[in-house]
This record gives sequence, C-alpha cells and structure tokens, in this order.
Amino acid sequence: MSELELRQTTVVSAAEHEAARPARRLPRVGTLLAVAFTAFLAVAAFAPGLVETHPPNAISAAEAFQPPSPAHWFGTDESGRDLYSRVVAGTGTSLLIGVTATFIGLVLGAVLGVLASFGGRVADFGVSRLVEVLFAFPGLLLALLVIVVAGPGPVTATIAVGLSTAPGYARIIRGQLVAIRSAPFVESARVLGHAPRRILVRHILPNALVPLLVLATLGVGQAIVWASALSYLGLGAQPPAAEWGAMLAAGRTYLATAWWMTVFPGLMIVGTTVATTVLGRALTRRDREVR
Amino acid sequence: MTSRSDATGADPVSDVPPLLDVAGLRVAFGGREVVHGVSLRIMPGECVAIVGESGSGKSVTARSLLGLAGRGSSTSVDRLEVLGRDLAGAGEREWRGVRGRSIGLILQDALVSLDPLRPVGREIEDALRIHERMAPAARRAHAVDLLDRVGMPDPAVAAGRRSGELSGGLRQRALIASALALDPPILIADEPTTALDVTVQARILGLLGEIRSRGTGILLISHDLAVVAGLADRILVMRDGQVVEEGPAGRVLRAPREADTRALIAAVPTDRPRGERLGISAPDAEPEAGAAGRVEASGPLGDATAVDAATPPVLRLDRLTKTFPVPGGRFAAVDDVSLDVRRGETLGLVGESGSGKTTVARLALALTAPDSGAVLLDGKPWSSAPERERRPMRRRIGAVYQDALSSFDPRWPVRGILDDAVRTVRPGAGRREREQRITALLDQVGLAASVAPRRPLTLSGGQRQRVAIARALAAAPDVLVCDEPVSALDVTIQAQILDLLDDLQRHDGLALLFISHDLGVIRHMSDRVAVMRAGRLVETGPAEDVFGSPRHPYTVQLVADAPRLAA
Repeated sequence: MSELELRQTTVVSAAEHEAARPARRLPRVGTLLAVAFTAFLAVAAFAPGLVETHPPNAISAAEAFQPPSPAHWFGTDESGRDLYSRVVAGTGTSLLIGVTATFIGLVLGAVLGVLASFGGRVADFGVSRLVEVLFAFPGLLLALLVIVVAGPGPVTATIAVGLSTAPGYARIIRGQLVAIRSAPFVESARVLGHAPRRILVRHILPNALVPLLVLATLGVGQAIVWASALSYLGLGAQPPAAEWGAMLAAGRTYLATAWWMTVFPGLMIVGTTVATTVLGRALTRRDREVR
Repeated sequence: MTSRSDATGADPVSDVPPLLDVAGLRVAFGGREVVHGVSLRIMPGECVAIVGESGSGKSVTARSLLGLAGRGSSTSVDRLEVLGRDLAGAGEREWRGVRGRSIGLILQDALVSLDPLRPVGREIEDALRIHERMAPAARRAHAVDLLDRVGMPDPAVAAGRRSGELSGGLRQRALIASALALDPPILIADEPTTALDVTVQARILGLLGEIRSRGTGILLISHDLAVVAGLADRILVMRDGQVVEEGPAGRVLRAPREADTRALIAAVPTDRPRGERLGISAPDAEPEAGAAGRVEASGPLGDATAVDAATPPVLRLDRLTKTFPVPGGRFAAVDDVSLDVRRGETLGLVGESGSGKTTVARLALALTAPDSGAVLLDGKPWSSAPERERRPMRRRIGAVYQDALSSFDPRWPVRGILDDAVRTVRPGAGRREREQRITALLDQVGLAASVAPRRPLTLSGGQRQRVAIARALAAAPDVLVCDEPVSALDVTIQAQILDLLDDLQRHDGLALLFISHDLGVIRHMSDRVAVMRAGRLVETGPAEDVFGSPRHPYTVQLVADAPRLAA
C-alpha cells in the first residue's frame, strides 16, 4: 500500500468519532489538570507566602493534633503547626532536590553516553560495563551507598539520587547517539561536505538530546520520590525542616491517631510525581508528532 | 496462461453467473466519502484490474469487498453479491465465513502479512484449521502441496521456514499459497508485486495467470498499468474514488478515452526512448507541486544526450572490490567493478536487490572505502584521499536516495534543509542571499516557495523527492548519484521526477549515476547501461545495444521480464 493511503488510514482511526481531528489539537483534561497542579507547585516553591495560611514553623501547643478543618485545611501536627502551610513550605525543598538530582543525573549520563558513543571501542566497552554494574544495584541502594560514604543531609541526598539515576540516562543517550550517528540524514550531511563538528552540533546532538529533556521531565517525579524516601529514612532533609519525606517520617509515630500527618505529605509526593509524569508524556507525544 | 481476448468473460449477457457483483459501492470515513459508487463484476476465470494513483480509493474498494474497509468507515452498496449470495448489510460473523473461503486476499508486503515468528507452513495450516475439518497430518501435507503449486522450490523444507528466512519473492509465494489454501473462487491481489524485482515480479504474475486459467476470478490492484497489462481482461481506472474509465484491457491500453488513463499509460517508462517526456502536461497531475513544467526544455531532445566518448570521465570507478565479513569468510558485495561517467551523460546501473548496486553508490560517494581499486573524481584521487581533503570536494558529487524522508533531519523544515546545503557553497552569504537561492532551487525542481516552511513529513512522496533533488543541486554538483530515486513512487509521480532529472541534466550538463532495479526506468533514463549481478558487472554498453540485443543470458532474462503495456 502506498504512503498516501497509509496516511489516510491513520486519519481514519483518529476520526472514529465526529470532529476527532480538531480535538487532537486540544490538550487532554489530564494534561490540563497536571498543568494546573504544576502551576500551584511553582507558586508554592517560589512565593510560598502567597498560598500559605499560617507561618509554617509557628508552634502552638493548644492546637496540636487537630484534624483537617476550615481553619487548618490539612490539620496540625504534634506541635500544633499548620500542615497545609508546612506542605507548601516543603515544596521548594522537594522540587529543588528533584530538579537538581535529575540535572546531575542527566549531565553525568550525557558525559558517559557521549564518551561511550564517540570515545572509540575501548571507551564504549568500559562505560557500557560500568553502567551495567551500576544497573545491577537497585537505584535506592546505590543512593544509600553514596550517603554512607558522604554522610546524611539534603545536599548529599540530592547528589546521591542524581548519581543513581545517571546510569539509566547514560544508556539511553548512548543508544540515541549510536542510532542517530548512522542515520541517513547524518550521512546526507556528510555527503554535502559538512565538517564533523558541525554535523555533531547541528544534527546529532539536537536529535539525541531534545527527546531526552522530555524524558527528564518524567525523571523529576522519580527523583522527588527517591529524595523523599531518603528523608523519610532520616538521611536527607532533617526535622524541623519542612520536607515532604521528613514530614512523613515525623507523622509515622502518630499513624494510628493522626492520619492526616502522613496522608497529606504523601498525597503531595504522589500528586507531584503524577503531574510531572503526565506533563512529560504530553511533551513526548508532541515531540513524536513533530517527527 | 490462456490467451487474452477482449471478450473473455466480460460479456454481461453470458449465462454464467458472476463470481462477484458489486454496484454502487460507497465508502466514507467520518463523513468524508472516499469511494463514490464503484460498480464491478468478476466472472469465473477473469482478471479485473483496478488501476490508479495512491489515494484514488482502489485499495479501500478492494478491502470493502472483504468487509474490511477499516475502522470508522461506513460502507453502503446498492448490490453486493459474492457467489450469488447477498452480502449487502452482512454482519461481521457472515463476513468471516466469506473471507478466505470465498475470497482470498494477497497483500503487497508479505513480510508484515505473515507472522514473523511462525513457519510459513503453519500460517497456511491456520487457514485450513479455521474453515475445514482435517487431520493434522493431512493439513500439513496439504500445506506442502499448496507451496508446491505456487512454485516454491523444495516446498517441504520451505514450510518449516519463517517468513524472514525467505527471500521477497518466495515470501510472496507463501502468502499466495495461504490465500489459495481454501481454494477460494475469487482472489484479491492488492499490489502483489510492487516490492519485488522484475524477474520475481514476472514469475508471480505468471503464477497469478495460472491460477486464473483454473477458473479463479482475480481482482488485481496496482498503480502501474504495465504490471496489469499482461494479466488483466478488464481494466478499471480510478481517480478520486471514482471509476473514470472501464473496458476490456486491450481497448483501454490501445485506445484510452480519458486523460487519466492516458497519463497512466504515458508514465510507463518501458520502451520509451531516452529524452522522450513521460509526463503528459496535465496541469492537475500533482497540484501541490506548483509549476511542474517550469524547467525550460531547451532545443531538440536528441542533441544534448549525445555525449562524446572522447570527453574524459568526471567520475571513474576503477576495478573496485568491496567485501563484508560474513560467518565463515567474506562476502564480495562488489567484485571488480569498473565504470565511467562523463559530463552530461547518464550511466544506468541495473540489477536485482542484493546485487551490490547500493554499495557501488556508497563507494562512489566515498562513504565507504574499497578493499581494492580506486574512485577518481575528475581524474584526481577520491576514494584514497583522506576525508579532510575530500570534504571541500564533496560538493561536486551529490546524492539522491530512495527514501527521501529519512535523509532529512526530522527537526527541520524544508527551508532549513536547503539552507544547510546552500551554506556549504556560500558560507559567507547573507540571510537574504541564501533565502533567494532557496527559492530559486525550489523553483528549479518545480516546487512553490510556499513549501519552504513545511516539514518533509507533511509533503507527498513526489514533493519530498523534489526537495531531495533541490538539496543535491544546491551545491551545483558535477555528478549526481541517484540510488533508486523513484522506486517508492507511483508511476505517474515517477514520470514527473524522471522528467525533472532529465531536464536538469540537459540544463546543467550534470553527470548522472542512476541506480535502479527497474529496467524500464533505466532504459528510459540511460545513455549507457551497466548490468550488475551478484557484485559483478555482466554487461555494459550503450542503452540501445544492451536492451536491443542483450548478449549476456541474465540481461536477456531481465529484458524479457520487464512489464510492458503491449504484449
């Protein structure tokens, strides 16, 4: 069958219900919700004062362990601090850890991936085996290993999470580069007489890295979960800092009596991960449509 | 094959009831009608062909006859009878009883139509299992027997092979065998030979002819009139979902009444001498392409094509050998090949898939180094020069590939693609100058300037190939290496691209190394021809000699197998 007819069939499957074609241009409801939630997170991270209802660290013994109410939307903790305001205050920390960790992972992965794909056979062998060894450890275990060596704290936790995500990115980047390097359009650029550096900068890297940035959006959610897990274990952000994982850990003791102390920070972690994942997927879809 | 006459089975008043009788078939997708009332009828032992360009609705028509028009489609018919049974408004359950048993289907690409993980024999047995009660041993024997009937060499062994282990031609045979499994009285073949080499195509068409002579009615779908010419009793020409012309094959081919039919006939390059234009100047041939005939044809056609044999070759391949490692030794993809291409001349390189043509192209472009031998560009070392020295020379030799789309950076629009090429020749040029050059290039290949901001993905196959040619021309090369540039295109679009290359050559004195598996295309395009088989050149010479009086038995076979309009 010829390509034109193929194209027709795709149109057909998209046009299952009337007017499906214009509808494809509009983002889905899930995507819109994710955008709204991410916008809230951005405000909470950069201008927490705008959305906080109480000072996040103000102690009030009389208001301890209050369930959610109009005055305290998410309830209060053992010291009477407003949980909603603390969750908002923790957004900046959690997002910063997630984004920084992903960035560290990406840069490290890019270095390893480029080294493997352009450094010759020996480098490729070395990097690929190293990545395989790192893959053999569960990511969190690798992060724990780094913390054991470097000591606990938010900075080391961030670095640890970044390090443990790097092998995954390295492998993807290497695969992308190897595939694109031998793609027909790169060969066409060679036939035109372009210098290798120009081909690398103008053709290979953009095609390899742009889809990766989209992928990184998905990675931010994962990094936040891992960083929260480390804080929960007491290896990342330390109390009384308002960090979601640390708040979960603090609420653990009162799980039976004050469920809100764990549920709301947990919901934020889940919500943030879901929102970034949905956004990442939407971006992936768009990138694929461009191709 | 039975001899064809215009009256065979086509007589509507004959007493024999038709195998298939459709009237007023309409197919719509989401409110947009793509087939507007097609009627056709197939008699026992008759082959009816539907011919038309991509998008003309021929495939959708064929599929509707199996109740497979596709998701989201709505089909309506005035009459639909298969073997005398009324199927208008039949449900899925009823259709399942018809498919395979009453109507068999053969698709273009056997590789995707057969399960790659199962032996082909098993695929054939499947059809038997669904529709017939048979002992497993009998089924197996029957499958082998079917493979034998379609001319599969060593059928018992082949039945145990997976589709990926068979060559394209054998795979197509296996697919035909599975379509024949239940001995359906009607066979629908949708572009059954489009992906195949000429010799294989000739064998598959011969096989379909045998099946027809046993009384099976065949509906043959193709974009290429030359393919159906040898087999069809009646021809329907479709355009935009309508039958524009219908009649006995001989009449339609000899005395076409409609412009669309004439364009399809004119587009067939076989037996058309060099220099003769293939495209009829139909203004609506490829409407988006802008002014298709904008390139001015200069002077009488014969003049420019005569190339003085004394002029030194601009590209010389000297005793090239290239081998690749395979398990247990090395495979010689190119074995002692010597070729010359002179300015203003087209050298046609023809051979089947796997004969080493593309490796020759890659050697000529210095994308791969020969094991021995040398490539000279304008008398200077080319293949042996270091890449650093080669790079400034690269603009002198351009390339056009079969798959234009994958040769473009997917992130760039047409403007970016051409700009990238323009910069190689005029690195210092300002934005405005480059923009003008891009517009001029688009104009040269018959594309409107409005194409510039579009992405190649949104262009048609013919437009993409025009962009690829424009990119190759940007550097004003002396030699153009065209590797199967029209193989993925419909004949009518193919004709336009071939005409374009012809015009450009006449205009700029380009030397063309033109590679194709299609003998008709090669014959039409080439001044001289080289025939390649299994890495070796078996025959070289002026086109008229090679085609008029081929010496090597392989060339004789190739020439005999090329599909022709007139038998």
